Amino acid sequence: MQKHRLETLIPKLVVAPGLVLGFAFIYGFMIWNGVLSVTASRMLPNYELVGLAQYAKLWEMDRWWVALKNLAIFGIGYVGGAMALGVFLAVLLDQKVRAEGFIRTVYLYPMALSFVVTGTAWKWLLNPSMGLEKLMHDWGWESFSFGWLVDSEMAIYCVVIAGIWQSAGFAMALFLAGLRGIDDSIIKAAQIDGASLPRIYWRIVLPALRPVFFSTLMVLSHLAIKSFDLIMALTSGGPGYATDVPATFMYAMSFTRGQIGLGAASATMMLATVAALVVPYLYSELRGQSHER
Amino acid sequence: MSVKFFSMHVFSRALLYVTLLVGAAFFLAPLYVMVVTSLKDADEIRQNSLVSLPGGINFDAWRLAWDSACTGAQCSGLEPFFWNSVWMTIPAVLISTTWGALNGYVLSLWKFRGSETLFAFLLFGVFMPFQVVLLPMSQVLGWLGMSSSIAGLILVHLLAGLPSTTLFFRNYYAAVPKDLLNAARMDGAGFWMIFRRIIVPMSTPIVMVTLIWQFTQIWNDFLFGVAFSGADSKPITVGLNNLANTTSSVKAYNVDMAAALIAGLPTMLVYVVAGRYFVRGLTAGAVKG
Amino acid sequence: MSSALKISGIRKCFGKGDKTVEVLKRIDIDVAPGEFLILVGPSGCGKSTLLNIIAGLEEPTEGSISIGERNVVGVPPAQRDIAMVFQSYALYPTMSVAENIGFALEIRKVPKAERQTRIAEVAAMLQIEHLLDRRPSQLSGGQRQRVAMGRALARNPQLFLFDEPLSNLDAKLRVEMRAEIKRLHQLSGITSVYVTHDQVEAMTLGSRIAVMKGGVLQQLGTPDEIYNRPANTYVATFIGSPTMNLVEGRAASGQFVIAGVALALTAPDNASKPTLLGLRPEHIRLSDAATWRGVVNLVEPTGADTYVVVETPAGKLTVRAAPQTQVRPGDAVGLEIQADHVTWFDQASGLRL
Repeated sequence: MQKHRLETLIPKLVVAPGLVLGFAFIYGFMIWNGVLSVTASRMLPNYELVGLAQYAKLWEMDRWWVALKNLAIFGIGYVGGAMALGVFLAVLLDQKVRAEGFIRTVYLYPMALSFVVTGTAWKWLLNPSMGLEKLMHDWGWESFSFGWLVDSEMAIYCVVIAGIWQSAGFAMALFLAGLRGIDDSIIKAAQIDGASLPRIYWRIVLPALRPVFFSTLMVLSHLAIKSFDLIMALTSGGPGYATDVPATFMYAMSFTRGQIGLGAASATMMLATVAALVVPYLYSELRGQSHER
Repeated sequence: MSVKFFSMHVFSRALLYVTLLVGAAFFLAPLYVMVVTSLKDADEIRQNSLVSLPGGINFDAWRLAWDSACTGAQCSGLEPFFWNSVWMTIPAVLISTTWGALNGYVLSLWKFRGSETLFAFLLFGVFMPFQVVLLPMSQVLGWLGMSSSIAGLILVHLLAGLPSTTLFFRNYYAAVPKDLLNAARMDGAGFWMIFRRIIVPMSTPIVMVTLIWQFTQIWNDFLFGVAFSGADSKPITVGLNNLANTTSSVKAYNVDMAAALIAGLPTMLVYVVAGRYFVRGLTAGAVKG
Repeated sequence: MSSALKISGIRKCFGKGDKTVEVLKRIDIDVAPGEFLILVGPSGCGKSTLLNIIAGLEEPTEGSISIGERNVVGVPPAQRDIAMVFQSYALYPTMSVAENIGFALEIRKVPKAERQTRIAEVAAMLQIEHLLDRRPSQLSGGQRQRVAMGRALARNPQLFLFDEPLSNLDAKLRVEMRAEIKRLHQLSGITSVYVTHDQVEAMTLGSRIAVMKGGVLQQLGTPDEIYNRPANTYVATFIGSPTMNLVEGRAASGQFVIAGVALALTAPDNASKPTLLGLRPEHIRLSDAATWRGVVNLVEPTGADTYVVVETPAGKLTVRAAPQTQVRPGDAVGLEIQADHVTWFDQASGLRL
């Protein structure tokens, strides 16, 4: 009997450190960060409560608005671009291509790289005087100019391009897996019924891809919101703060400019955005799973 | 499944392959440019085209990147940063994988009241923005005397990786048939015996996936590296970023490219050798939710 | 005489509040040493739950289980001195056959030499010596089944539990393995409890059968008792294939009146209400002279017999006829009953009279 009780205790003991530390790290720190965001902290934490003053200050800053605008541009461009390219490549690769494995490896390898490596490489490729522009000139297209990287308005689009390059292969892998999961016999039945190819795609294939579509959207979106490495490496947030995003804003405020309270407030805003996106998705996924059981 | 968009007609197939090849070129181009640039000397870079092959294979840039390029105040190349990354990544990968396996084992096969809810809450850690833990974590590291140290970075990576590794193992072990466990219990095997003799031997695929996934995540990390490291503990991603962004008089692009390749080679090599585990990790994590 | 297994007052409920489901309503069974008890019934009748409770994999809500003279409620499975064979075999995939068989002994720290001997003994009994070094994935279904039994036998337990072990095998293999299990039981003499939904297995293997439905024990008896003196209509129609024919009627002045004809049968004394007449197909004969008439609906030759379905005003009846019977759908036939093999049931309650 004693042994039996011990048996039910051991699993709980084993998982306890993980759960305790994990929760402290996730929720404990989340709350702590929230507390910091309502204090007057600057260089060092100072627990004098100031209500929502930091948030008010945040929303008055031009730099924060620039960061948000860039997040929107980057988010839509990166997520939309990677998914579009991913679907396209997945459909192509699904056509029983020879050397499919090799091609897939080529499309996916950028995911194995650090965003810093990607940023560094693309910084060189899009270098205004030595990169793409010079290449076009060398190839005879004299009037081509590509100063986007140093242009306040256009620099963010360079980040979009580099991001799509990095992640399109990932989207492709997910969509390919989704396509492969579609039951062959349904397609065959539709073909026997006389459905045309576009119709099959529209009515059968695309609807069947909805779950994959949503999970890819989820993963790419939260990657976009968290994007820090790529921007730091590609533009350092510049020129000036023209390519700042919330993540780089937070880092700058907290670690470079001695504005911890403000940094914490921006972090909370980022958390709220991710939570708004991810929590409903997770909830519906887990709900679905427990119903299956 | 294969909905034949392009029939076996020669023209359609040719178009298909051409498109795929253009795609491949798009993905390979930056790598190609990085490699050839890293092998050129400064004159070649200035004069020749971006995509031209180097005149001769010149590893000078690589040597510089490794042992004497300037990364801010220091000018000792990427070598120290490389080793920092090694000492940080390997322990973190091994410990987080083991920890994830134990947690996943309990949460899938030894469920107790509330364990599923706890797991659901833990899952949020896979998605949450780490910006939210930066400030508290630096405080905690300070209290522990671990700020600006490799040990501190290892600790952060362990905590940050806990939700993902637990997720991987928990989903994998959830597929173990209940009868198998009942049989083991009837034979007299307890918690540890079942783990050691039955579960671990059948875990090779998921261990591979987790090791590779964690290695890639931790080696490639930049955020924690830049926020929590000190002068002697910066990982290679930070070193690379410093190197590429130093405002010295003359920009040595070949060195920059060589440095980027040095930083990127370990994970690329892992990917080339064991890529299918990496892909499995990606698709398992995302598709399963 | 002591019982090897005593199930007393076992109740099992799942769920809470208004969602409570009573899976086992109150089960009492005494199993004598060396008996082969079958738990049979449709899906959801609670037989697997009962087996799990005996095994210790689940706890009862009420009641007690005694193995030997020991009350084992609360005792973990490994300490009940029982062994179990699972429907899915549940062999350890990364261990060899020999390791699978010896695992329980290994855990109990039985010395290696003794373990090897025992494994060899068991392997010989089951004729799997040549498979000892293989992995489960390299074995066929029937071989895996033997290894699963070997694993259980190696323990030399007081009680042997079987959870639908033959369900995953194809028909021919199932017949072979059934004979194997019977042979092994005769050799080892270990008290066994065997769960199945297949009534043929129940009849051929069991020394006693417990028919269950909806968590209630419908009848506990020998195969003969179950077949020839079923306690209610459920047991009567569950056991025996094709099923027993049930005909509605009333007893009146020494005869039994059914739709369209009065049969020369005397119902039991307490049969004044609507009564069911139970007739097994082999106890009816096709006869031109009989008074009870009907029309042939379907003819099913099986080689050894021919089953004829006859449509009468009292309903459809299945008759077991000789294989060479020459009837065709649409023929008019008469039905003759073997009066000493009929069973009477009260229509309202379904109980045998």
